[in-house]
Amino acid sequence: MKAILALFRRELALAYGRGGGPLLACGFYAGVAVLLPLAEGPDPKRLAAVAPGAAFAALALASLLSLERLFERDFEDGALDLLTLGSPGLAAAAAVKCLAQWLATGAPLAATAPAVAIALGGAPDLSPLVFLTSLLAGLGFNFIGGIGAALALGARRGGVLVAVIVLPLFTPLVVFGAGAVDALSTGLDWKPALALLAAYSLCATALAPFAMSAACRNAMS
Amino acid sequence: MTDHATNIRLLAINDLTVARGDRRLFAGLKAQLAQGEAMALTGANGAGKTSLLRVIAGMIRPVSGEVRFENETGPLEADAARSEGLHLLAHLDGLKPGRTAREELDFWARWMGGEGDLSRAIETFSLSPLMDLEVRKLSAGQRRRLALARLLAAPRKLWLLDEPMAPLDAAMRARFAEVMKAHLAEGGLILAAVHDPLPMTTGSLDLGAGR
Repeated sequence: MKAILALFRRELALAYGRGGGPLLACGFYAGVAVLLPLAEGPDPKRLAAVAPGAAFAALALASLLSLERLFERDFEDGALDLLTLGSPGLAAAAAVKCLAQWLATGAPLAATAPAVAIALGGAPDLSPLVFLTSLLAGLGFNFIGGIGAALALGARRGGVLVAVIVLPLFTPLVVFGAGAVDALSTGLDWKPALALLAAYSLCATALAPFAMSAACRNAMS
Repeated sequence: MTDHATNIRLLAINDLTVARGDRRLFAGLKAQLAQGEAMALTGANGAGKTSLLRVIAGMIRPVSGEVRFENETGPLEADAARSEGLHLLAHLDGLKPGRTAREELDFWARWMGGEGDLSRAIETFSLSPLMDLEVRKLSAGQRRRLALARLLAAPRKLWLLDEPMAPLDAAMRARFAEVMKAHLAEGGLILAAVHDPLPMTTGSLDLGAGR
């Protein structure tokens, strides 16, 4: 347990040491979301119709930004080798890295999400659900993105490869996340979509660490 | 805690064949290393010294053959032995340039299951004036001393060392020789890839000329 906490603290420190990584992701998210009304025209009705979907697509892209480096630096400087030699094991290390990444980047992004939704013409009373769905989706983005980051280790232009691998797997998160917000704003029942979103994210949390561990070991050998 | 698992008493290598890509590094390698013994691993550049250490540490899968760890009661599960019983000191030291020496030593000691008393490790390698510096500001020799301090910060029986002496100055080489002797006296095992002989009586394992 001491080992797990020590790694968690190190990952948080490294995430904030990477030249303000979390703030950068929030800036990117807000930037993409602001481009949308410019492209779509200022008609509030048209904008409100596409806003939830567009906001979630932007969230997926913003989460991807810092993910590509999740294992790369540890791989390059030999830390990944040494992480396999700790008693918690590599799968636990991968899970801790993703959780720390979620707290460092996913949580600030989720906090930005209500502001983005309002900027896109969403009603302010959607904000709690927007925050909750963004936070849950972020959990899934980070664990699934971690698989991509591990698979892309050692590849040239790994960042693009990560995007190509994981964006299809982000689909259910975007569909259910935007679906829940959309349902609430049109007065439908939003709970099923939220439940499916949570289920997908938690499944990813449970299974992805083993895939990440296997992919890292493959890159090491 | 799990003392019996960490208490490696014997490292046995049986009929080990290792290849990197299409190139076979060595075949049918046999060796044994028991408690209190050191072994010098020699061979030309590219003969496979580093690869052998990484096979033992479980990072490379061999083509055939086995690496076995034993304690007093018999063979250990390899994964448990690796995650609790051995240290690997490699060229890449895994130290993050932007963190201080203290943060890094503290983290690795905890990750490797050390109990948190780092003062002996810091003192042994004369690291105390360096502990608050960022790793990027350390020289190659100072970085190596920090990496070596991990061996003491989290006690483990089997040390796999890849040219541990290379960047050290004469005084620090002598100091580390004392550390290795003390480790052997306490029942440790050392397998070290070296070009110069180790400063103690050792067995030797020669991987030959390489290619």
